[in-house]
Amino acid sequence: MRNTLNTALVAFFLLIAAPLLAQTPMGADDAVQMADGLYANGKIYVVVAVILTIVAGLVLYMIRLDRKITRLEKEA
Amino acid sequence: MRLSWWKIVCILQLLIIAVAGLIGDVPAKPILNETIRNYYFHVPMWFGMMIFFTVSVVYSVKYLRSGQLKHDTVAVEFANVGLVYCLMGLLTGMIWAKYTWGKPWSNDPKQIGAAIALLIYFAYLVLRNSMMDPDKRAKIGAVYNIFAFAMLFPTIWIIPRLLESLHPGGMGNPALNPGDVDSRMRILFYPVAFPGWTLLGVWIATLSIRLKKLEEKKLHHA
Repeated sequence: MRNTLNTALVAFFLLIAAPLLAQTPMGADDAVQMADGLYANGKIYVVVAVILTIVAGLVLYMIRLDRKITRLEKEA
Repeated sequence: MRLSWWKIVCILQLLIIAVAGLIGDVPAKPILNETIRNYYFHVPMWFGMMIFFTVSVVYSVKYLRSGQLKHDTVAVEFANVGLVYCLMGLLTGMIWAKYTWGKPWSNDPKQIGAAIALLIYFAYLVLRNSMMDPDKRAKIGAVYNIFAFAMLFPTIWIIPRLLESLHPGGMGNPALNPGDVDSRMRILFYPVAFPGWTLLGVWIATLSIRLKKLEEKKLHHA
């Protein structure tokens, strides 16, 4: 009788503790860490916007330079 | 002015790689993690550099055969862009190494080989600028450029393949490990990232060549 009670108690506390156990950090070997969370937050698109701005700026600069040199070539 | 078709292609490729390179699917690999995306940005620097240095040495040989200074101009401007790309490749590699290998410079054979190649090409520019006579400068520069290109073989292609390295690809291949990169990445690399960055370098080089021609014309008239 006493044994059954103990088992029940242990099972009860384990059940309560289960969510706590689930909180322990994953081992490094469990999964390869990728930026999935960053994608979920949508913050990777901030970086995309930044890089896109830089590339667009560079491209516009190249076009401007190209036009300037073409104009000089026509004048010369 | 209408842009040439290849400049429009270059712009489109760069814009595509700026977006798809960051949000496209990549294989999940330990240690590499998301830095595998450097494949779209760091690796095209080296591919581009090899192409520019090859163009440069071809025009140096052309100059030696023809004696026309315009060939020497092409050679030196492509060497310039090649140097910029080499420096960018080395710097981006160091940033990446800081977070994957632990430190930016670990005297890895690939790093040392690339640094030696960089210094040899810097010497090309220093050597050229040490001479005032344009014909002498072009001739000695062209001869040195052939030597510099020959030195690319051991420093970039042979020695890194013989020694053990931390670099992805490991033994045998200095950069690309066929097991790390899958078809999702290859389809972005070969048709988009590699030609896009290379065309940008060609664009910069052609602008410099045109500018130099204008300067020479101005000097001629003055």
